[in-house]
Amino acid sequence: MGDREVAVSALRFIARRVVQSVPLLFVISLLVFALIHAAPGGPLALYLDNPNVRPEDIARLRHAMGLDRSLPEQYLAWLAAFVRGDWGYSYADGRPVLSRIIERIPATLELVGTSTLVALAVSLATGIAASVHRGVDRAATLATIAGISLPVFWFGLMLQIVFANTLGWFPSSGRASFGATGFADRVAHLILPAAVLASVHAAAWSRYLRTAMGEALRRAYVRAARARGLRESSVILGHALPNALAPFITVVLLDASIMVSGAVVTESVFAWPGVGSLFTESLAKRDYTVLMALLLCGSAAVIVLNLVADLVVRAIDPRVRESS
Amino acid sequence: MIKRRRAPATHAARTAALFLGALTAAALLASVLMPDAAATLDLSYRRAAPSLSHWFGTDELGRDVFVRVLNGARVSLAIGLLSALLSAALGTAIGVTAGYARRWIDDVLMRFTDAMLSVPRLPLLMIAAAILQPGVPLLVLMVGAVGWMETARVVRAEVQSIATRDFVTAARGIGASPARVVWRHVLPGVVPTVSVATTLAVGRGILLESALSFFGVGVQPPTASWGNMLYQAQTTMMTEPWLALFPGAFIFLTVLACNSVSARRDAGPRPVLAHTGRRTQLERITPLS
Repeated sequence: MGDREVAVSALRFIARRVVQSVPLLFVISLLVFALIHAAPGGPLALYLDNPNVRPEDIARLRHAMGLDRSLPEQYLAWLAAFVRGDWGYSYADGRPVLSRIIERIPATLELVGTSTLVALAVSLATGIAASVHRGVDRAATLATIAGISLPVFWFGLMLQIVFANTLGWFPSSGRASFGATGFADRVAHLILPAAVLASVHAAAWSRYLRTAMGEALRRAYVRAARARGLRESSVILGHALPNALAPFITVVLLDASIMVSGAVVTESVFAWPGVGSLFTESLAKRDYTVLMALLLCGSAAVIVLNLVADLVVRAIDPRVRESS
Repeated sequence: MIKRRRAPATHAARTAALFLGALTAAALLASVLMPDAAATLDLSYRRAAPSLSHWFGTDELGRDVFVRVLNGARVSLAIGLLSALLSAALGTAIGVTAGYARRWIDDVLMRFTDAMLSVPRLPLLMIAAAILQPGVPLLVLMVGAVGWMETARVVRAEVQSIATRDFVTAARGIGASPARVVWRHVLPGVVPTVSVATTLAVGRGILLESALSFFGVGVQPPTASWGNMLYQAQTTMMTEPWLALFPGAFIFLTVLACNSVSARRDAGPRPVLAHTGRRTQLERITPLS
């Protein structure tokens, strides 16, 4: 294939995948909408329990928010507004949903970005080491099964008890001490939650890489490379690894979607003021406009990253390119 | 074409099975022998540290944490096991239908599967639980309803591969109905895959239930579940760490045991897709982060 043909086929592929994601997002938006309206009292449930809100106020709100219209009408109006970027207002504090989410994104990026980098380094190292050394493999298998079985909330609480309260090495929660602006203070706050996130992700990812490496190492091209007398390191890193990377990259990118949807559990346990904490705070207040927006954003992030992963895999793996 | 490898972790798998068996037995025994023990208050013996008389200590109402952990085991194991069976049934039904019917039925079912896979699982369940305020039976349905997608995908791939095999063509040739072909010839071929996916789903179900209860939207007190014990332990965790330590340790060990049991089977004969010669897809493990 010439360069032009390659580019055209890549564009075709992207176009097809984008067209495929539209019905996907549509189905998800229906799901989310149905979920919120299944609530007893609907989106106004919060006000129904409030003795200070009179029935006539509820009726007025219901009309003002369009809740007295038919469900299909409401759905279309909501969807149209959502696509335009008008995500409505938070029931809890009346501020626009979009700006409430945006202000939380930097904290989540800081936490998830750090933990993702650490987890990437750890899982690449263990995945490769485990595929060449039997002893490392045994230990890594144990560690990764333990890692994927960890209940994150409990692991976080235990780290707080040991490292924050007993040893006093790190602060137990938050993103910065009150009034403190120093870099060291920020790093100290980041370490425990990032360690929790990095451990669970490194466990899942390295298990995946190890399996893919094991399969790659049994293939004929690896035997051929060894037969040609290549050094073992170049067999592993030059031949097996590139072939094992595709599924690994897909998993990493899909899990990285929590950069948008937030690490709900970890952020809540460590009172980290990111998108994940916004989710649990909104859940406690039954703030449905925020919850709907967060769930849709999280799903959209998965779909977009899935597309990105397919493109990356296509770019690095000629077998995928040929077959599509 | 089925490659057999010796399972490397048989010892771990046996230990895991033993642990799960012992835990189930202890949980059942506890509810038979001392049905009221978990609710027994001893206000003179509140917030006691672990000792010989109270192995795991007592909580703020003087209830014995060990007995409550065993009671929680019943809830967690029941939800994990039943939701996994539900997921397996749903996933197999959807996967077989999509894989065998092909054409538009396949398209519709797989788009729906993709949609469900794209929605973040835990947040979706948390919203649904906050709205529905479920009891244990409804929790089983909810956790099962978000866990079938992976099974459906691998089952579909295998069915598509099996459907091209000669014995299926032969069965069709002698006039067997589609239902009979699926039941007698296709389904037996997907059993190993489904059983691996199901054991993994038990662990995931237990994690999901405990996370929901930890956030206060799952199993409600006074019914003890490992998750809601942790939820209650949070406020006093610094002075009474045992309240947080034991329930969580049991979640961890139980999920570990479920994953170890399936890890052995997974490392065993993982079926090779007859048509493409590829091994069945490895299930993606999504951490609840």
